Amino acid sequence: MSATSHSPVFLHHNDLQQLLQILQHDGYTCIGPQVRDGVIHYDHIDTVEQLPRGYGQHQQPGHYQLEPAGHDRYFAWANGPQALKPWLFSPREALWQCQAGEDKLAFEQVAAEDDPLAVFGVRACDIAALYLHDKHFLQQTHRDPGYRSRRQNLLLVAVNCSHPAETCFCASTGDGPEVHYGHDLVLSELSEGFIVQAHTEKGLSILARLPAETASQSRIAAAQASSRAAAEQQGRRLPSQDLQAALFANLDHPRWEDIARRCLSCGNCTSVCPTCFCHREFDEPSLDGQTSTHYRQWDSCFNQGHSYIHGITLRAETRLRYRQWLTHKLGSWHQQYGRSGCVGCGRCISWCPVGIDLTAEASLICTGSEA
Amino acid sequence: MSRKPKVAIHKFSSCDGCQLAFLNLGEDLLALSRQVEIVHFAEAGPVNEEIPVDIAFVEGSISTPADRPRIEKIRHNSRFLITMGACATSGGIQALRNMADTNAWIGAIYARPDFIDSLDDSTAIARHVKVDFELWGCPVNSQQILSCVCALLSGVLPVDQHDSLCQQCKQQGLACLMVSQGLACLGPVTRAGCGALCPSLGRGCYGCYGPAENPNGPALAQRFMQLGLSAEETRRRFLFINSAAPAFNETGLKLPDAKPQGER
Ligand code: SF4
Ligand code: SF4
Ligand code: SF4
Ligand code: SF4
Ligand code: SF4
Repeated sequence: MSATSHSPVFLHHNDLQQLLQILQHDGYTCIGPQVRDGVIHYDHIDTVEQLPRGYGQHQQPGHYQLEPAGHDRYFAWANGPQALKPWLFSPREALWQCQAGEDKLAFEQVAAEDDPLAVFGVRACDIAALYLHDKHFLQQTHRDPGYRSRRQNLLLVAVNCSHPAETCFCASTGDGPEVHYGHDLVLSELSEGFIVQAHTEKGLSILARLPAETASQSRIAAAQASSRAAAEQQGRRLPSQDLQAALFANLDHPRWEDIARRCLSCGNCTSVCPTCFCHREFDEPSLDGQTSTHYRQWDSCFNQGHSYIHGITLRAETRLRYRQWLTHKLGSWHQQYGRSGCVGCGRCISWCPVGIDLTAEASLICTGSEA
Repeated sequence: MSRKPKVAIHKFSSCDGCQLAFLNLGEDLLALSRQVEIVHFAEAGPVNEEIPVDIAFVEGSISTPADRPRIEKIRHNSRFLITMGACATSGGIQALRNMADTNAWIGAIYARPDFIDSLDDSTAIARHVKVDFELWGCPVNSQQILSCVCALLSGVLPVDQHDSLCQQCKQQGLACLMVSQGLACLGPVTRAGCGALCPSLGRGCYGCYGPAENPNGPALAQRFMQLGLSAEETRRRFLFINSAAPAFNETGLKLPDAKPQGER
C-alpha cells in the first residue's frame, strides 16, 4: 500500500452517485451511513440518496441528537454509535461446527462471509481503530480467518471530519480528524462538492473513472483549513498519549470508587468502542445431540464472566471492572500493541447511559484535576 | 442413554404464558419429544403430576397455602428443578401484593372473600425449595428452554445469561434509547435473554428478565429522574414485573411512594 501521489481532484456533489456506481460495478457491496432510529448507522446503501445529507448532530456525555444542519452537506456530522467494527468483528459469529459420526467427531470450519465490502464515509478514528484490530486479529501466527478474509476484501472511502462532536478528542490522541492512512480514497467535503484523493492503486483506478476536475488551489486550501478548524474545535483531550505509568501508580485512587457509584456496569462503552475486541466463545448443541456449533460473541470487561477463573471472580465489583477498562484501554494496551487503545472517537462518552466521561476520569486519576 | 429422560411441566400461580414457550417451539417440539418424554404437561395434554422425572420445569409463584406441599413433592420427585419465568423466579407481577394489604384487596374485589384462600405474599420457588437453574423472563422464550434442555441432555451446565441487556441491544445494532431519545430503559440493570425485544421496538425495557448480575439500581434510578421521571414513576419502574427480586425491590423501596397502601 504505497502512498500514491497525484493531484487532488474535485467532485461535484451531484456526481457522488457515480462514485457509488463505480464501486458497485467493481463488485463491491456498499456500506454507508444513513439515518435509522434517530442516529447515524452504517448499513447497505444502493444510492447516495440514502446518505444523511443535511444532518448535523449534538453529542454530550450520555446524549446524542441528530438535527438539521442548515446546509446540504453529506458528511457534516461526527461518528454515531457504530461504524466499521461490526462489519469486521462480528457481534456474533459461528467459528466451527462439530458433527458426531459413527466412531468419531468431525470438526469443520464455518466459512466466513467474504463479499468485498466498500465502506463509505469512514472517519480517521475508525481507521486507527481498524489498525488496532488488525494487530489483534492478524498477529503473526494467530490469524483470525474470518477477520482476515473480510479485511482483505475491504475498500475504504474515508471522509475527513469537518464537524467533530463535543465528545470527540481524536486530535489529542493523534488519530484525527484528518485521514492519513488506511484508506483507498478520502473525501474532504466543501459546500459544493468534495476534494478527492486516492491512497492506493485501487483508489487511483476508481478516481480515474470519476467525472472530476483537478482541484483548484483555493479549494485545496479550504479543505485544509476545515480539517485544522475541526481539530481546534475539539474541547476534550486526554492528559497524555501514554498514561500507562500514571494509571498503574494510581490503582488505589479513591476516584475508582466514586466512578463505581455512578457506573451501571452495563458495557455500553465497550460495545460502542471501536477498539474493544473482547469476546467469549461458547457452543450450542443441536437438540438431537448430533452437531454443535461453536460461536464467538462480543464480551465486555464489565461482565462477571470476563474475570471468572474456575470458581473465582477476580473482578466482582464495578470499581475493579471500570479500573480494568481504563487501565487496559489507556495503559496496558501500550505493552500489548505499542500504543493506547483509545483513538479519541468519544463514543464511550456519548453512549454511556449515565454520561461517564473517560477523559475527565483519566485526567482526575492521573493528574488530580479534570482536563 | 438407554431411556428417554422424563420431563414434567408444572404450573403454580401464573398466567400460563411461559408454558407457551414449549408450545411455540413448533417443529422443535416434535424434535424435543424424540429426545425426552414429556410425562406431565396439563396445558398440552398429559397429566401425571406425581411421577418422578429427570427435569421438572416450574411456572408460577407460591401464593396459596396448598402450593407449599405441592412444590415440596415436586422437588422430591425431580432430579433437576428449573424455574421458568418471572413468577417462579422472583414471585412475578402478583408479588406487588407483598407491598400491600392483601386482605383489604380481597375484601374490596371479591363478592365472597371467604372463598379466597391466598397467602399474604407471592414468592419465588427458590424461597421454598432448592432450584437447580432459573430461566428468567415474562414470558421466557422458546430459545431459553431449548438451550437449557440441550445443555442438560449433553450433560453440561446450561449457560446462565446474566450480563446486562444493553450488550444484547448493542449486538443487535440498536442505538441506545436513553442516549438518543431520553427514554427510561431498565436495560442496564436487566439481564440479557430476550434479545432486546423492547428497545428493538423503540420502547424502554421494563425489566421483565429480572436483575442482571451486577446491577446498579440507585444510579439508574437517579438517571431516570434526570430524564424527567418523578420519583414515584421511577419507583414503579423498579417495582413492577420483578418487584420482589431483591435488587429491584431495594432500589424501588428507597424511592418515595406517593399513594397510600392498597390503593391504585
Ligand atoms: S475508549 Fe472511548 S473514546 Fe476511546 S476509542 Fe474507545 S470509545 Fe472511543
Ligand atoms: S473522533 Fe475525530 S475522526 Fe472520529 S468522528 Fe470525531 S472528529 Fe471525526
Ligand atoms: S462507564 Fe457508562 S457505559 Fe460503561 S459500563 Fe459504566 S455506565 Fe455503562
Ligand atoms: S436502549 Fe436500553 S437496553 Fe439498549 S443500550 Fe440503551 S439502556 Fe441498554
Ligand atoms: S426488553 Fe426488557 S421488558 Fe422487554 S422483553 Fe426484554 S427484558 Fe422484557
